[in-house]
Parts: sequence; C-alpha cells; structure tokens
Amino acid sequence: MKNSILTLIFALSTVLTFSQEKNKKLTIEVDGKCDMCKTRIEKAALGVKGVKYALWDIPSHQLSLIIDERKTDPMKVKTALVAVGHDTKELKASKEAYDSVHPCCKYRDDDSDDSNTH
Amino acid sequence: MKKYIVLLSSVLAFWTQAQDKIDGMVMESGPQGKHIGLPGANVYWMNSQIGTITNEEGMFSIPFSEKHNRLIISYVGFESDTLLIKTPKTIHHFLKASNALNEVVVQKERDAVSKTFLSAQNVVTINSAELLKAACCNLSESFETNPAIDVNFSDALTGTKQIQMLGLTSPYLLITQENIPMVRGASQAYGLTFTPGTWVESIQITKGAGSVVNGYESISGQINTELVKPFTDKRLFVNGYANQNGRMELNTHINHKLSDKWSTGLYLHGNLRSQKEDRNGDGFLDAPLAEQINVMNRWQYQNPETGWVSFLNLRFLNDEKQVGQTNYNPDTDRLMPTDAPSLTGAEAWGSEIDTRRFDSSVKLGYVFPELPFQSFGFQASYSNHKQEAYYGINQYNIDHKSLYSNAIFNSIIGDTRNTFKTGLTFAYDSYDELVNTQNFNRDDVSAGAFFEYSYENLEKLSFTAGLRIDSHNRLGTFVTPRFHIRYTPWELGSLRGSIGRGRRAANIFAENQQFFASARQLQLTGNGGNIYGLDAEDAWNYGISFLQGFTFLDRPGNITFDFYRTDFKNQIVVDWENPRTISFYNLEGESYANSFQIEVNHEILENLELRTAYKYYDVKTDYRSGRLQKPLQAQNRFFVNLGYETDSTKKGSQWKFDYTLHALGEQRLPNTDVNPPQFRLGEFAEGYSLMNAQITKVFSEKFEVYLGGENLTNFRQPNPVLGADNPFGANFDTSIVYAPIMGRMFYTGFRYKL
Repeated sequence: MKNSILTLIFALSTVLTFSQEKNKKLTIEVDGKCDMCKTRIEKAALGVKGVKYALWDIPSHQLSLIIDERKTDPMKVKTALVAVGHDTKELKASKEAYDSVHPCCKYRDDDSDDSNTH
Repeated sequence: MKKYIVLLSSVLAFWTQAQDKIDGMVMESGPQGKHIGLPGANVYWMNSQIGTITNEEGMFSIPFSEKHNRLIISYVGFESDTLLIKTPKTIHHFLKASNALNEVVVQKERDAVSKTFLSAQNVVTINSAELLKAACCNLSESFETNPAIDVNFSDALTGTKQIQMLGLTSPYLLITQENIPMVRGASQAYGLTFTPGTWVESIQITKGAGSVVNGYESISGQINTELVKPFTDKRLFVNGYANQNGRMELNTHINHKLSDKWSTGLYLHGNLRSQKEDRNGDGFLDAPLAEQINVMNRWQYQNPETGWVSFLNLRFLNDEKQVGQTNYNPDTDRLMPTDAPSLTGAEAWGSEIDTRRFDSSVKLGYVFPELPFQSFGFQASYSNHKQEAYYGINQYNIDHKSLYSNAIFNSIIGDTRNTFKTGLTFAYDSYDELVNTQNFNRDDVSAGAFFEYSYENLEKLSFTAGLRIDSHNRLGTFVTPRFHIRYTPWELGSLRGSIGRGRRAANIFAENQQFFASARQLQLTGNGGNIYGLDAEDAWNYGISFLQGFTFLDRPGNITFDFYRTDFKNQIVVDWENPRTISFYNLEGESYANSFQIEVNHEILENLELRTAYKYYDVKTDYRSGRLQKPLQAQNRFFVNLGYETDSTKKGSQWKFDYTLHALGEQRLPNTDVNPPQFRLGEFAEGYSLMNAQITKVFSEKFEVYLGGENLTNFRQPNPVLGADNPFGANFDTSIVYAPIMGRMFYTGFRYKL
C-alpha cells in the first residue's frame, strides 16, 4: 500500500516535472534592423506551429515569444528565423537566405536601428 | 592597388551607364575633402523596395528606373541626403556627419487627422490638434474641418447643428463616448451639444457598418469620442471664449495625481448667451438664449504590474434654452396645449427647452500579465436624461433612464494573427414621454451576445467577421452580421470593403423635435408595430473604399475614393411633403442612400496642409407621394481646408492659420405648394458657400489666444421662419432650414495650460 502511494506520488511528480508549459514565455536575440525586418521576423516566428505570440523590438533586437511547449521548441523557431535570413545566437542564416532580405535591411554590414527611415 | 580598382570601377561605371544603372561612391565629408569611402551606407530609391548598401570602399551600384527619381543615401551618424536623379549617371556623394549640426530638428508630431492603412475598418481619427482649428464649442461643431462628416442646420429656432454621414442624419450613426453609447434616445436632438469641445481628446469616425462589439444600432457609421484623461491631461487648463453674438464660455480642467496608480480630474464647463439677436428682423431670435453648466469628475486607476485599469465617471448637466419671438417673456406668456381653442393671435410665441442629465459610467479592464494578448473588459453606465420643453402651445417632455453594460473577452486562436472578441451586452431603457396631452411610456430591455473574429497576416490582408444575436422585448430576436476586409495590393495602397446590418427603434418625437415649432399636425400611421405602432428600422450598409498614399513634391499626401450604399429594408419615413402635416409611417417600397466621395490630402508647401473633398449623394425614399430625393440635402458638396503653421521658436511661440470652405449645391425643398403664394418656397434652394477662418497665436507652451470668424461671406437664408408674423397661424413653420440664419460672426478666446 505504502509503496503504491509512493509510486503514485512519484509518478505524479514526474508528470509535473516533465510537464510542458502551454504558455511558455521566452526571449531570444535576433539580428535585424528595421520595420521590414520586424514584420519578417514576427511573421516567420508566428508561422511556426505552437508559437502564439511574437514581438520583436528593433533597438534591443529581442524577440519576445510565447510558445506552447507541447507543440514546439525554441530551436524550431530559430530554424524558421534563419530560413528567412535573420541570424540568432546559435544559428546563423545561410548566405542564400541572407541575400533574400531587402538590401536596406542588410544588418550584417550595418546593425543600426533605422526604423524611422523605412 | 585599391586606387586602380576605384579607377577601374569608375570607368566601368561609365560603361554601364547605358544599362540603366546608377553607380557611385559615398564618402565621408572631411575638412580636406579627402575621399574616404563609407562602407555599409544605405542607398535606396524613395518609395520603393529597391535599395543597396555600399561595399568596403564605399562604392555602390543600383538599378535605375524612370519610376523613381529620388535617391536616398543614409548612414548612421551622418545626415541623410536625398538626391534628385533624372538620368542614369555616376555619383560621388559626401555625407555630412550629423554631429556637425548645431540644432536638433524635432520631428513633426503625428498628423491632426490620420487615416489608417492597416485596420480592416475605414476609420478616420481626429485628434485634439484638429479640434483646436475651429475653437467653438462642443462636439456638434467639431467636424467642420473634416470632410467625413457633414454638418447641417436642423432647425431655425435652436440653431442646433445636426450631423450627417453618408447622407444619413445622426440617428443612423452610433455615437459613443469611450465606446459606451451616448447620444441616443432622448438626447438624440441636442446630445452632441452636451459634450464641451475642450473635453474631447480625440474622435474616431468609422464609415460603414461598425463593430458588433458596440451593439446593433449603427447603420451608416460610428463616431466615438475619447475624453481627456486625468493621467495625461494638463494639471490645469483654462479656456475662455466669447463671440459677437453674446455667447460666452469658460472651461476649466483640474487634474490631480493621488498616487502613481490613482488620478482624478474635475472638468467644469459653463456657457451663457443672454444677448437677444435678431439680425434678419423677423421678430424671432436668430440664436437661443442659453445657459449650460456641465460638470464632470473622472477617476482613473492604472496598475501595470497586476494589469488592472479602471475608470469611473460622474457627470451632471443642466442646459436651458429659450427661443422664439424677441418680445417673449416665459414668465407671463407661456401657453399650454389646452389654450389652443382660445387663442386671439396676439400672444407672443416662445419656447423653452430645459434639460437635466446625470451620467455615470464605470470601466474595468484586465490584461493577463503573462499573456499580453488576453484581456477582459467590463463597462457599465447609467444615465438619467430629463427634458422638459414646450414649443408655442406644443408640449414635449421626455424622461429617459438608461442602463447599459457590456463585458468583453479578448484572446487568440492559435497565435496572434487570429484574434477574437466575445462577450455579452445588457441594456435597459425606460422612457416616460409626453407629447402634448398624450403619454408614450415604454420600457426597452435587450440582451445580446457577440463574437468577432479578426485575421491579420501582418502584410497584405486582414479582415474582421462579427456576429451578434440580440433579444429585445420590442424588436424581437435577431442577428446582426458585420464583415470588414482590407487588402494591400501595393505599397501605400489600401483597399477596403464592408458589409453589415443595423437595426434601431426610432424615437420619432425626440429625433424630430424641430417639427413641434410649426403649425404641422402630427400624423402617426402605424401598422400595429411595437414602437409607436410602427416596426423597427432595419438596414444593410455596403461599402468599398480605396486609400492611396503618395509623395508629391517631396511631401506626403493621400487620396481616398469611397462608395457606400445604405439599403433600408424597413424605415420610419418622416414625411413632411405636406406643409400642414408631419407624418410617420413604415417604408413601403424602397429607400436608399448612395454616397460617393473623393478626398485628397497633401502638404502642398512646407507647413501648409491642404485637405479637399468632393461628395455626391443620392438619397431617395418612396414617400406616399412618390419617390423623392431627401429634402434639405445638397447632392453635390465641395470642401477645402487649408492649415498653415509657422515653425515654433525655442520658447514654443508659433502662429497657426486655418481656413475652411464648404460649397453646397442646390437642395430640394419639401413641397410647399398648398401654402398661400407668399409662403411657397419653390422646388429647390440655390447652392451657396460658407467660409470659416481662424488665427491662433501661441505665445508659449502655456498660453495662446485665437481669433476666428464663421460664415465670412455673410450668407443667410432669407426666410427661415415661414409665417413669422403670425406664429399661431396655419403657415407657421421653422423646420425648413437649409442655410445659416446667423450672418458673419467673429469670436475670440484664450487657452492657458499648466
């Protein structure tokens, strides 16, 4: 009896520790420089199934996310971001992907915040 | 070696000229004019997607096309330059370091009137800067510098201005204050004059069917007013106004922060007109003698940590108007409906309209701190509107108590591109209405549920689809669908469409009070419906709109084309085609309003804003006497507004100039054929134009004075009161007003802010 209770408690606690959050908040750093980048980054992030909310801040380059951990993980989001040409800390965009971004958003050469110009 | 490359590429640049390219070099402007290339500078065509950056040497190459001729070169820490380029060539351009500047140029504040390119609904926002362009006095006069709303004169006695949108008068517009329905029921006729202009922070005008969240009543559009808020309004604000016709006005706002979370504001308004004006010599006052006291107290609570926000409003209004003949004395000359048989004709004609109103509302909002896309809101309001009025021997009293509440929950489906709003509405209206000797008492109770889904793909497409179901004790149970869509086919272009239904219980007497000031007999020919024996109004509104932004002469502008149609399935027809009667009956046949508008806004010269619009209305109703164009409505209208501001000095001193012209085409007049010849008005009233202008001198951020003039060409309607010499006779009529009664009028005032 004691054992079974212990097992039950143990089983429950594992469920708890392994439970994945429905609304997990996180921020990741994504390179970019302007409003065009902002739209592209947010669109790419939201395109990943399980991403509920994405807001990229131009000056700080922080992408705030709310994701459903049962459906996705940060790596999937980063893969989607580099696919549209935006570098993250762990993953860098391929040259091809980077070349696809608009010439005035070439953040690798000029990491400035020029959200006011276009 | 590098030099050779530069030389080579320059040579190449000349060669490639034939290939429609611009090549060049961007350099840092040094004291000796050294050629130091700037790597990574941005080079792009204005208003295009074509752009490039300079390489390590500062060289660039960009395709040239005839469509673009302004090349922008920018680099952080340097001043951006725009070059005018008409033919492909090689460019050597020096950028000046921005720290070489002596003064900082402050960018212009947001536009006074802004059109949204992104929202699915066709919304025009008017902010307080725009409201200051024509200083007087209350909400009904706030639209004169904006073409989306037409301002009409509704009656000769009170001079109260009715507003129209898409060719329909304000009962078909939902007028809300901070999204709580405001000007409705008993306050329909004069309600817009009960919000002082200085209390208004901004106005949002939505053309076409509105959102289902705000109810089923809007048909042609919605006007929402945001009032000034204790948190953001000035600590102290004083405004004084006086005009040539003896109207004086004083507004005071006092705001106080109680803590970092609580703020309160006290807003006082008083206006007075005690001077009798009769410039056209018809024996009737051109403008009412008036007195209004309006007091509002607001409380605002804001806690960003917990996500709670709240508002509490209390307001009291006392408004008294006296109109009629100049020699009328209400203490001795007042008549009652029962006096009708014993009139000698020697009595003086007069009218008084006294309103007392109490308003209260509470708003509660909560944003889930962990989930910024999820929130709920609750709003409730209670108002008691008591109007006691008589017009000659006609008596009209209305006491309207209203309770309204709405709860909304906002969240997402999957992700933030798919959002929804859902909630419940409950409304209770109790009317105690006396028309002469007859009582029309009634209670309206309705409960409704709504759901609105919005899709936004962040780029080209967004739409909103909403549905509500309401159950109303007199309108029955019905659904109200509304749909809005926005598509961006190309840059700065925005194509919108909307479709929606609206329903409404017409308050025929409150909305048409001006007819009491005439000899017309009231005729109510109901079909046994629930509202005065009539059925509720029911209409569909369809609209398309195209907005295109552009840059002309280096300055921004936009052009809009709008077409809207309102189709009535049921309408309470107000028929005054016989000068002896005013009849109300349910529509038999067709009634529609088509409205077409072209509007162009552009900053034509530095600091000079032009706004111009042309409007065409085709508003027809099947009356019992046949299909007729709506009376007292110009089919063609033209509007121009010019605003000029000098640059403000360091102290904040500045001049502002504003000029508005309204030109109206001919207007059909209601039929007056059965009148004796001297009281016939003909079929049409001629077109005319009105001009208003205002000059504001800002001395500092704290103090400014203004001087303005209305109706500068002094255009007046020749005979606004028919049968003025015998106001108890059969031909007396003050309802046919198509132009101002007041001539040219000057005003002045000041504003003090701390």
